[in-house]
Amino acid sequence: MKFKTTLMATTAAVMVMGAGFAYADAHATHPETGEVLASDQTFTYRVLDESPSIDPGLIEDVSGSEVGRDLFEGLMNQDEEGNLVPGVATGYEISDDGMTFTFTLRDNAKWSNGDPVTANDFVYAWRRAADPELASPYSWFLSLMSIEGVDDVLAGDAPLDTLGVSAPDDHTFVVQLTTPLPYFPQMTTHATTFPVHQATVEAHGSEWTRPENIVSNGAYVLTEHVPQERMVRERNEMYWDNDNTIIDKVVSLVINDENVALTRYLAGELDRTEVPTGQYPRLSEEYPDEALSFPRLCSYYYNVNVREDGPAWAQDQRVRQALSLAVNRDVIVENVLAGGQFPAYTFTPETTAGFNVPDVPIASMSQDERNAMAVELMAEAGYGPDNPITTEILYNTSEGHRQIAIAISQMWKQTLGMEVTIANMEWQTFLEARGNGDFDISRAGWCGDYNEASTFLDLLDSGSGYNDAGYASAEVDEILAAAKTAGSDAERAEIYTRVEQIAAEEVPIIPIYHYTGVYMLDDDVANWPVNNVEQNWYSKNLYKVAN
Amino acid sequence: MYSYIARRLAVAVPTILVLIIISFILMHSAPGGPFNSERPLPPQVLANIEAKYGLDQPLWKQIVTYVWNVVVHFDFGPSFQYKDRTVNDVIAQGFPVTLTYGFWSFIIAVGVGVSLGIAAALRHNSWLDYLAVGFTIGAQALPNFVMGPILILVFTLWLGLLPGGGWNGGQWNYVIMPVIALSTSYMASIARITRSSMLEVMNSGFIRTARAKGLPMNRIVLRHALKPALLPTLSYLGPAFVGMVTGSVVVDIYFSTGGIGQYFVNSAFNRDYSVIMGITILVGVLTIFFNLVVDILYAWIDPKIRY
Amino acid sequence: MFPNKQTADNLLEAAQVAEVRGRSLWRDAADRFLKNKAAVGALITLILIGIFALFGDLIAVWNNEEIDWGIMGQIAQKGAPSIANGHYFGADELGRDLYSRTVQGTRISIMVGVVGSVIAVVVGTLYGAVAGYFGGRIDNIMMRIVDILMAIPFMFVLILMLVIFGRSIFMLFVGIGLISWLDMARIARGQTLNIKNKEFVEAAVATGVRPFTIILRHIVPNLLGIVVVYATLLIPGLILTESFISFLGLGVQEPNTSLGALISAGAGQMQYGVIWQLYFPLFFFLVTLFAFFFVGDGLRDALDPKDR
Repeated sequence: MKFKTTLMATTAAVMVMGAGFAYADAHATHPETGEVLASDQTFTYRVLDESPSIDPGLIEDVSGSEVGRDLFEGLMNQDEEGNLVPGVATGYEISDDGMTFTFTLRDNAKWSNGDPVTANDFVYAWRRAADPELASPYSWFLSLMSIEGVDDVLAGDAPLDTLGVSAPDDHTFVVQLTTPLPYFPQMTTHATTFPVHQATVEAHGSEWTRPENIVSNGAYVLTEHVPQERMVRERNEMYWDNDNTIIDKVVSLVINDENVALTRYLAGELDRTEVPTGQYPRLSEEYPDEALSFPRLCSYYYNVNVREDGPAWAQDQRVRQALSLAVNRDVIVENVLAGGQFPAYTFTPETTAGFNVPDVPIASMSQDERNAMAVELMAEAGYGPDNPITTEILYNTSEGHRQIAIAISQMWKQTLGMEVTIANMEWQTFLEARGNGDFDISRAGWCGDYNEASTFLDLLDSGSGYNDAGYASAEVDEILAAAKTAGSDAERAEIYTRVEQIAAEEVPIIPIYHYTGVYMLDDDVANWPVNNVEQNWYSKNLYKVAN
Repeated sequence: MYSYIARRLAVAVPTILVLIIISFILMHSAPGGPFNSERPLPPQVLANIEAKYGLDQPLWKQIVTYVWNVVVHFDFGPSFQYKDRTVNDVIAQGFPVTLTYGFWSFIIAVGVGVSLGIAAALRHNSWLDYLAVGFTIGAQALPNFVMGPILILVFTLWLGLLPGGGWNGGQWNYVIMPVIALSTSYMASIARITRSSMLEVMNSGFIRTARAKGLPMNRIVLRHALKPALLPTLSYLGPAFVGMVTGSVVVDIYFSTGGIGQYFVNSAFNRDYSVIMGITILVGVLTIFFNLVVDILYAWIDPKIRY
Repeated sequence: MFPNKQTADNLLEAAQVAEVRGRSLWRDAADRFLKNKAAVGALITLILIGIFALFGDLIAVWNNEEIDWGIMGQIAQKGAPSIANGHYFGADELGRDLYSRTVQGTRISIMVGVVGSVIAVVVGTLYGAVAGYFGGRIDNIMMRIVDILMAIPFMFVLILMLVIFGRSIFMLFVGIGLISWLDMARIARGQTLNIKNKEFVEAAVATGVRPFTIILRHIVPNLLGIVVVYATLLIPGLILTESFISFLGLGVQEPNTSLGALISAGAGQMQYGVIWQLYFPLFFFLVTLFAFFFVGDGLRDALDPKDR
């Protein structure tokens, strides 16, 4: 009798406990919002192509950066709004002259093999990234960071330890710059600045990023990598903030064709994919909770070849203005792209931090007014249907670029009577032609490397290596240089506005639209950082709700 | 015959060498390079990395170094695009994939194609003939890049039977759709050539004799007509097999299989010289080998063919 | 029974008439071809398509590059085929008239198909026949050249051509011509190996006919059956290769288009409710192919001396 009672009691207790566990397991709730979480916390998304590398020193593409942010953690992170929050560093101090940054590292950050993350890991990683032996594709970014001695180290003229980084103790990391950069801390969210585990790199060489070798300090570790097919990263128990990480597993699938990706998304194989060009209106009607569009820090524009040896008509400012006026950006944004993009009358997107969009006259006219003015300007310059300009738009082979080029060529034809052909080239040939100034008009796109206007406007500097239009204006060069040493954000904002006004008048480039991120995102994926224009998203901040 | 084979194998070596030299020159003459990107490297870094990979050497020296590495160390070099991998890694991972679905496509294309071709020829100008011809034309005319998305639409989205892509180590449900997409393009050609050649053979003198002798039709077909009829098909099969096995780029792109066809096109666009050369050599070796096999099969089919 | 003058006169007339109307083997072949209803039907279809391609734009309302701003952006709703707004075949994804684009695309694609297969037939057959007939070292060298050409990354050849010669339709044909003959050469060589051992060739050799005459007069006509069939099989592949070449920037440039490009664009839009963008170009592609195939079959049947 006693035994039976005990047995029944025990069984009951076990059942209650079991049920309790089961309930708790199947119905975990988010600690802050209280939403019920799904039992399967796996996030699967599509990438266009296999990344060349996921080694922080070698990461060069967007997909690689996404993997990098999950596997590794840098000094600072970004929150959902794009603001800086502590990463491995709990905070930083700036010296009075603005050229020395001292980062204090937390003492509980660990690598996935248990080793503590120390300042030396950062020193090693930054030196390695600047090492000419590694030849990082992001060497130019390190130069941009203006670290002391970086250019000499990159050139191979100085040894690695002359780079302006040091670790006075295990939890202090000091960076010495050559010029006071106000946006320097933002740059530490970039993958190139992430730490690497020295012993692993030295033991395995270029194979250290394989799943069986890799050691990482981020919220996830790499568990599977099948090139051209998939990459799987899973929870890193050693991560200092592991308790707050909800997503257990992240899978990225390589799918080249965007239409096939959409089909597989609809079949439930993916949680996130890009919306194919022009499909957003239809998809947002059919799947209103899943189709997303939000601003991104990128600009799409056409270069006009204003070099000395470029076309003669390109030297005439009136012609260039007419070209820009005759582009019906609303048609492009609404009919061709239809993804909620923003028509651009200035180069820098409106959403850039610390930037005030100037009121350029062209922006507030109606398209009919613009067309009329364009025809007038062309006539003044001596061109028109009876004396047409013949030109060619160069673009790299892609469906989207082709459609926009067709639309714009038709606009110029019909409004200005020009003879416009369009020509496509495969990527490398295109880069050569564009870089050498072998074009009349060429297509270009630029994404900001950090959230500040100079990342765009520096392209207009005559010394910039990305100034494909060949634009040279002494005034612009002067005030851009002044912006670097300006004292306050307000001063800089004024300078940037001024540069945009000059650019709107002289039209070395024709801004067309500002990008948006247009995605299909499963409605059970929560907390996507739609307000982060740089789209630096971290899997550890996401979670899946139960439906 | 053995001396013939030996001679052919001996000639294969200089053939591959010529292939390497021509491809190398072509590759380096195209504009751009592996380290050319929208955000260019600082000039000194670029110079350093080119020196590291030996790209600053004169072309003939690069060719010699490359051939030496391949022949002596079997080292095809590092990939310029995929920094953590070598060409050997790329091919070791991608080739088995392509070989698997290529092989099955081949079996199906030949099996179905030859059977259809023979059946159509034997029932010349009957409804079976027209149906077979119609089917093969339809299958071939529907290009890969139309069939791929359609297959995924039907089997993944609408029916939910098969995964929409990936390879998963070659599990059968990942292999089916690539095989269908690839085999249909070749099936038609094989059927047509077999049918045409079968018709010619069936009208020839020795078959007429066999029929006059009263032999049953399947004996005539299998024992007398088939071998000579297969000769043109065989000529086609050599390059067809190489084509299937070195990749259908379209299949790789739409089904995300990770095969070498896609690697080849991607590396050409990225100017990843070592991967391009590695796959070119692979294609060259396979082409030479299969053409040799086909030539030997000619001799087996037609006893009068001697080299 | 005895011939009287009338009968004799009749006979003489008949004999003269019969004499004038000579009979050659080619004539026989033409007759057989014309009796083959399917082949004749296909030939007529081809002619109709040719007329469509050449003169179709006479009845077009829109030209092939003008964007219809009114329907742009709402193609799924407003871009369907209709006689009313002049878009007989509907509009493509940018609002351009699909009818005139299909007309122009068919023109280019047929030219590409025909030029490519003619080059394949002429160059490939001769090359293969010569290699197969002479055998030995000549065969070896010629075929190894083919092997090399098959293995070379063709893309670089095209890119170099673009860089050196600039882009033009002519370059497209050169590009197509460079690769279309390789497979044909192998097939022709294989068949030649078989044919050259036949008795009539032996007889020709014995009577001292020169090798090239043997090749042209004896071997090539017997190859024609397979060659014609394979040539028609090449055409869809060439049309599709052209779209790859245009992808590199070498081939047909906007606003010109080709069936391959139209089909490719239509296939991408397939699930978005604009199925006409795929349907019409694919229809013309298929019909052209069927027509070529049946003509090819008819030719094969006609040229085969044994098929009575």
